[in-house]
Amino acid sequence: MALNVGCAARPGKARKNKTGSWRVFRPVFESEQCTKCGMCALVCPEGCVIETEEGEFVPDYEYCKGCGICAEVCPKKGIRMEQEEK
Amino acid sequence: MRELRIHGRGGQGSVTAAELIAVAAFESGVYSQAFPAFGVERRGAPVQAFVRFSDSKIRLRSQVYEPDYVIVQDSTLIKDVNVFQGLKKGGIAIINTEKAPDNLPEDVRVLTLDATKIALEVLGVPITNTTLIGAFAAASGEIELDALEKALRQRFAGSLADKNVAASRRAYDGIGGGA
Amino acid sequence: MLQITEGSHAVAEIAKFCRPQVVAAYPITPQTHIVEALADMVANCELDAEYITVESEFSALSACLGASAAGSRVYSATTSQGLALMFEVCFNVAGMRQPIVMSIVNRSLGAPLSIWNDQQDSISLRDSGWLQFYAEDNQEATDLHMIAYKVAEDHDVLLPAFVCFDGFILSHTYEPVDMPSQEEVDAYLPAFTPYHRLDAKDPISMGMYATPDYYMEFRYELERAMQRSIDVIKRAGAEFAEQFGRDYSALVESYRLDDAEIAFIAMGSICGTVKDAIDEMRDAGKKVGLAKIRTYRPFPTEELTRALAGVSTVAVLDKNISLGSGGAVGTEVKAMLAGSGITVLDYIIALGGRDVRKRDIAAIVDLADKGVGDMFYGLRTEVL
Ligand code: SF4
Ligand code: SF4
Repeated sequence: MALNVGCAARPGKARKNKTGSWRVFRPVFESEQCTKCGMCALVCPEGCVIETEEGEFVPDYEYCKGCGICAEVCPKKGIRMEQEEK
Repeated sequence: MRELRIHGRGGQGSVTAAELIAVAAFESGVYSQAFPAFGVERRGAPVQAFVRFSDSKIRLRSQVYEPDYVIVQDSTLIKDVNVFQGLKKGGIAIINTEKAPDNLPEDVRVLTLDATKIALEVLGVPITNTTLIGAFAAASGEIELDALEKALRQRFAGSLADKNVAASRRAYDGIGGGA
Repeated sequence: MLQITEGSHAVAEIAKFCRPQVVAAYPITPQTHIVEALADMVANCELDAEYITVESEFSALSACLGASAAGSRVYSATTSQGLALMFEVCFNVAGMRQPIVMSIVNRSLGAPLSIWNDQQDSISLRDSGWLQFYAEDNQEATDLHMIAYKVAEDHDVLLPAFVCFDGFILSHTYEPVDMPSQEEVDAYLPAFTPYHRLDAKDPISMGMYATPDYYMEFRYELERAMQRSIDVIKRAGAEFAEQFGRDYSALVESYRLDDAEIAFIAMGSICGTVKDAIDEMRDAGKKVGLAKIRTYRPFPTEELTRALAGVSTVAVLDKNISLGSGGAVGTEVKAMLAGSGITVLDYIIALGGRDVRKRDIAAIVDLADKGVGDMFYGLRTEVL
């Protein structure tokens, strides 16, 4: 990468950076307990929990790092962290 | 190069006087430089301001230690400050006072006038700087009366300008300027 | 047109003629007359700029940085503690290559609190990546603002610039200044063409984070821009001379240096007093001269070395002290002349507004003759 004047850079790189491979634990969303409060989407540091058209909250596993914050905050304890098989 | 030192008290307009004299001198066709002795401005505290006059560009930046002219805006200062310090032989001191002070230095020309009285009568306030500039113009010949009037009209507006011009003119005539 | 005016007003006037689109500043003695005048000009629609009022100098320069990044020509002014409060932002402005021009109305740094002049403030930011110009009189202070914009905004440079002039000694002095007209300034200084700018439709980020793999290279690029600025300053100064007849094509001004045995090095308003003292000493047969540094950053190593060829002793007048080392300029001159055979003596002088007279300059020549230097000159030992 050649240096840009004034340390300037174009944005949008985070999308290229697929962090899903970092995961050791995978959040599994138990939709039957979900009250659609949206906390998981709000706190996800990757911003990868998306509300579908049906109003379901689902993580995008291409980016989900498996940090477990969503599981921690879910008031219904409706997100389970399961170890990935690698 | 000729140098002037103005002694006054904070609030008496010594710095304004120095600036007006420099502007008038410039308008009279010489190079001039005016600056205050950069103190902390407190009303009533002794202050100084300086003016230089020269036929060529002025480069010197030090304060004035051996003036050709001294203006003393308030004769009570003479007790507190050596206002004549360094005044050159044959130099001119202009003092605002009702009566001539004692113990004046020799070899200098001391001119006294009651600028406070003139200022009170003409301006209605005891601000003597523009009156004393008139006296300075007459005594020193450094600035022309027209140039002084121009400087005063640049600085003050309307009737205030008229009054200040009148005050300076009265002092000028009183000292015998133009004679 | 030659007119008589206060230094601060001359600087405010020329700042206006340089057509800044954004002005952000916080008032501080002795800079206040400049920003008061500019605020008036904006309020009276004499200057078509956004005047951003802020609660501190840190915010002032931060606002300037954002405005510059968005593609505006930006002006600010500060001094002393105000500049100290900008310290962090100064490095960011330079690192992001924003060509802001800021007047530094030189004043000492506290404690103890002092509103009076020395050059400790701007000197203390010598490593920040800002160009630093120093003015001897109000004419030079006026002219250097035009040159500073031209150099700073050159795409070979893209560095911010301080125009330094001594607080009170110049800022509060009335003296004649040949003030150019708006048309003349426009003819000299074209509108600002940003290298790139923040634009919501084509977003970029500036001042990105650099890992150890890249940081050194960014700093190297800054240093290269500083070095390139030397030619740009000379060019801008020559163009200025062509248009206005006052020559700033040199970074160092030589005064009576031919055949001089003792040379002073100084910056700012003290140079006027030094020149007058030199004339008197020359009349008395003393071979003295002055190398006046107009551009302290970039440091004019080549020009200064050339100017001093032939002198036997150099007396550096430093209105600052790098505590624990010596005067900042003296230290650099010593490094520059190491091995040349020229004796370099440094004098810390005029700190915190101590007045300097012609006889002080003559006294320093006597000291230099005896090889006595690297000292505070004019200490009142009776109070120590
Ligand atoms: S585990 Fe972390 S990264 Fe993955 S969805 Fe939950 S909060 Fe987001
Ligand atoms: S935090 Fe739990 S309950 Fe709330 S939306 Fe997410 S999964 Fe559903």
